[in-house]
Amino acid sequence: MMRATPFRYLAPKSLGEATAQLHAQGDSAMLLAGGTDLVPNMKRRQQTPRTLISLRQVRELHALEIDDKFLRIGAAVTLGTLTESATVRRHHALFRAAAQVATPPIRNMATIGGNLCLDTRCNYYNQNHEWRRAIDFCMKAPHGEAIERSEGKQEGVCWVAPGSPRCWAVSSNDSAPALIALDARIRLSSNLGMREAPLADLYADDGMSFLTKRRTEILTEILVPIRPEVRSTYWKLRRRGAFDFPVLGVGAALELDRNVVKAARIVLGAVASRPIVLDTSSLIGANLSDEAIDAFADRTMKSAKPLDNTDFQLGWRKRVTRAYLTGALKELRGDDPATLSLIGRRASALLPI
Amino acid sequence: MNIIGKPRRRVDARAKVLGQTRFADDLSLPRMLHCRLLRSHLPHARILAIDTARAAAAPGVKCVLTGKDFPISYGILPVSQDEHALCTDVVRFVGDPVAAVIASSEEEAQAAAELIEVTYESLTTIADPHQAMATPAPRIHDYGDDGNVHKRVAFEFGDVEEAIAKADHVFEDTFFFQGNTHLPIEQHASLAIVDPDGKLCIWSSTQTPHYLHRALSKSLAIPAAHIRVIATPNGGGFGGKSDPFNHEIVVCKAAMRTGRPVKICLNREEVFYCHRGRHPVEMHLRTAVSRDGMIQAMDLETLLDGGAYGSYGVASTFYTGALQTVTYKVPRYRFRGCRTFTNKPPCGPKRGHGTPQPRFAQEVQLDKIAVALKTNPATLRSQQLAEPNSLTANYLRIGTIGLGQCIEKVVAGSDFHRRWQKLPLGRGLGLACSSYLCGAGLPIYWNDLPHSGVQLKLDRSGGVTAFCGATEIGQGSDDMLALIVAEILGIDPFDIRVVTGDTDLTPVDLGSYSSRVTLMMGNAAIQAAERAKELLAEAASKKLDVPKSRLSFAERRVFDVSDPAKSLSFQEATMAAEAMFGTLGTVGSYTPPASAAKFKGGGVGPSPAYSYSAAVVEVEVDPETGWIHVPKIWIGHDIGRALNPVLARGQVEGSVYMGLGEALMEEQYFRRLPARLSNALVHKFPSMLEYKSPTTLEMPEVVTYLIEEPDASGPFGAKEVGQGPLLPIMPAVANAVFDAVGVRIDEVPITPEKIVRALERAARGQSARVGPGAFPSIPWPESLRVPPPWEGGDGKAVNERPRKSSMSDKDGRLGGKP
Repeated sequence: MMRATPFRYLAPKSLGEATAQLHAQGDSAMLLAGGTDLVPNMKRRQQTPRTLISLRQVRELHALEIDDKFLRIGAAVTLGTLTESATVRRHHALFRAAAQVATPPIRNMATIGGNLCLDTRCNYYNQNHEWRRAIDFCMKAPHGEAIERSEGKQEGVCWVAPGSPRCWAVSSNDSAPALIALDARIRLSSNLGMREAPLADLYADDGMSFLTKRRTEILTEILVPIRPEVRSTYWKLRRRGAFDFPVLGVGAALELDRNVVKAARIVLGAVASRPIVLDTSSLIGANLSDEAIDAFADRTMKSAKPLDNTDFQLGWRKRVTRAYLTGALKELRGDDPATLSLIGRRASALLPI
Repeated sequence: MNIIGKPRRRVDARAKVLGQTRFADDLSLPRMLHCRLLRSHLPHARILAIDTARAAAAPGVKCVLTGKDFPISYGILPVSQDEHALCTDVVRFVGDPVAAVIASSEEEAQAAAELIEVTYESLTTIADPHQAMATPAPRIHDYGDDGNVHKRVAFEFGDVEEAIAKADHVFEDTFFFQGNTHLPIEQHASLAIVDPDGKLCIWSSTQTPHYLHRALSKSLAIPAAHIRVIATPNGGGFGGKSDPFNHEIVVCKAAMRTGRPVKICLNREEVFYCHRGRHPVEMHLRTAVSRDGMIQAMDLETLLDGGAYGSYGVASTFYTGALQTVTYKVPRYRFRGCRTFTNKPPCGPKRGHGTPQPRFAQEVQLDKIAVALKTNPATLRSQQLAEPNSLTANYLRIGTIGLGQCIEKVVAGSDFHRRWQKLPLGRGLGLACSSYLCGAGLPIYWNDLPHSGVQLKLDRSGGVTAFCGATEIGQGSDDMLALIVAEILGIDPFDIRVVTGDTDLTPVDLGSYSSRVTLMMGNAAIQAAERAKELLAEAASKKLDVPKSRLSFAERRVFDVSDPAKSLSFQEATMAAEAMFGTLGTVGSYTPPASAAKFKGGGVGPSPAYSYSAAVVEVEVDPETGWIHVPKIWIGHDIGRALNPVLARGQVEGSVYMGLGEALMEEQYFRRLPARLSNALVHKFPSMLEYKSPTTLEMPEVVTYLIEEPDASGPFGAKEVGQGPLLPIMPAVANAVFDAVGVRIDEVPITPEKIVRALERAARGQSARVGPGAFPSIPWPESLRVPPPWEGGDGKAVNERPRKSSMSDKDGRLGGKP
């Protein structure tokens, strides 16, 4: 089997201990949450940390509770735990996103924080070291290991767009588009203290430096506003009913007054290096008619700019983006799922058809 | 029958369910070393130098091997001895192994392998058959027909052009069947030792221990009698463990070099590089039919992308034509096939070996014919089924045919006559049929020896041990052996100890391929068991004073049928027999009947019997996005007789599952980079995550009908079930998609993208089809002309003469006589 390069393993018990260790270890350390993505990447050598700081035992990261304003989710809560929580189910988009990640055994290990910080993906990059050597590596990992973009000299080619100065690896988590649609905020801690920010601000439009989080920061908590008036959903596109990363995710949250849109947050996942928050201003105040939905989908599907570095052909993914946008809005409008198209029935079903 | 035909728990089920089956990677021995291979990162290059000094000096390293240590070539077919365990002078695809490191741990072996420096000189990369034909140099191999063409074959059974000229209608289509791989759950693993007596022993996940035995003897230059090959239970084979593999030879050599056990377990990427899977095949099919849809003649051309080595490829090439005549009456038939070398992992046999591709072409074209002639596709097929107990145009001898009943069952089950062409837009039904062989009539190397042998040992304990070289790859061959012996001796299959797949202990069986085991091993087992029964009956007759003819064996007793109280227990019978005859042992063997085909190349296709299948697939297709969903499949399979119906149904359902993967998503897709920047040619996704294969969630409801029309050639009438039921699935899906949304996808996989493209073409008023364009012009050799039986033929070619580039002997076998 493939083996990871040797590493040191630290298991802090508190957040203070964890942030201190992360600060002390510097660039050669990485945080280990569920490890379901990082550990295979270490075997394929996209990541070769000399130290792993496990968050499993950091007690502050395991809370799952509600206060008067927020559902508060500790970053180390597993996706499996989220899908079993009745509270989480009320935030339908989040529940649907968590429930569709990979497979049940992986969800029992993978955490929400890890999913939000998931490395961007590209099928020139998510290959083992020998394979990548055969294409002479790529910009995201010019010598084998992934690097973050630094100013100055650029090394390597982006094989998806060889003339491009940037890396086009794809933001491939399910939870970010769902949580951004739900207007979630995050908390980050470091040895210097704590800060809070909208989740959308965590992401940068660059396949290499895709997180705005500093290396010394630990994502500790996700705050999801409690708004019973908001209806939400998450539609995931993938080849199969399990295992696969998204090749398109639509997170959508609407507040409707009868059929009139009072508020709307709609986010596309897996069509760029970061989740794309769509401009929904044209929907606000409008009656959510078929025509309004079609007009919105026609206008905003252009925001999806998939490239040829995931499963499925890019033109087809664009076409489905339109179908998903219209379908998700119809689901939120309260249409009978049986009236949706075949692909819509599949996407809105709790279990894939 | 006490056991035959009853659904039973298989004899190896308990160990598998409890996780106690020991697969090759479960084996571990004291002082065991680990092996890793350094593989080429270039698709085609000359090796100028290999520097192993740093690797040899690295921590834990015991031995480093390179191509110099393996001067003798090998290969599964005697005509394609084109592999070296480690490349000697040229690497031919990304993943071709160039060096091996043997160390105390896998980590040390891997780390040291990365210290090996190989100096390469890049050569032109050949990516596909078109490029192979257009690029005669550099040659990937210095043998083959010419340039990068490995093999061209051409046959004509009756004057096809004449029949086409006279026919009412001629249908002409091109098709493409994309390559795909076996994807066994178990990765290949091997462990080799030198026994205390100096003999070599290897445990390996192989489907063909006998052929591995031969390849080891040849490539390592040691007598076969000094080598023991033990086939461990395979965690899935599907044809992917049928070749002798470089890693097997490497660990043997390493064990000899170091004197210590040496083990290797491939990672998933390496399994993709072993490959030997389905050939990508382009096809050109012309079929002449009468006004009422009766086939007058068929003309088939195939072009195979063989990958970097011969493997079974010459046989695969023949198989893209050989079985097209077995399903329906084809009065005249021409087949021409061409295999090219390319710089990709070698293709070979995958479940259905070479036949799913032309079957797809034929069954989709028949659907087009039915639509064009406004005939029901089920009727079109039923009216021209091949005749039982007949010879085909290419001299294949058919026994029983249960295909008519298969069609009736699936048509009735799916309500096909009422629903086909009547469902709303987006829903459709598709029908397709197929046939497959029950064991290749000839071995892969020329010999006149039995194809399967079974040996039984009985003694005073009442115990029976059955020995056979057959290999359990999950299909249930151990169960077949036990149940046949048990049926005849009147004991329970669980009473029998089964010892299989061990060249020291078991008689030769050629291996688990070509759906041959139940029929061939089964017939050998019947012979051995009948001989044992005869000994027991002789002794029991004397002991009970009852004539042998009145004795029956059942429920672990031997008794007088006219006075059942007069009986011996099975153990008492074995004691009596041992007292009478001395030590008890019997043998049985099986050799297939001689073929009626007497022409060169006629050796591929003959089989003792043929199985038949028919399937109806229901699909839902989203007209906006082309999304395909398969809710239900009805499949009928003519198995002759189901010896253990549970296993038979499992094989049918497994075939449906694998077929759906090929129909809808699986593809060996290779990626080139912009030529100005790179000459790389890589498998796009050598991983279980990204090589898309269906999960259980994609599996539809499957209704299985087992049609039992016993065939005299099979044990208790049994025919094969391991491969045939896969064949109708892909064309039935394509036909159902047409019924649902009116577009023809003349290639697999049939993806949403292709459906959308076809729908867009239709909307623009163009042909509602996605598929390959014109078939390339291939410089075919003169066809070997063999008049069919009904035109006075005797199975011989009228224009046969020795050829310079002969790759098979005069009988069309794939190997020369030794």
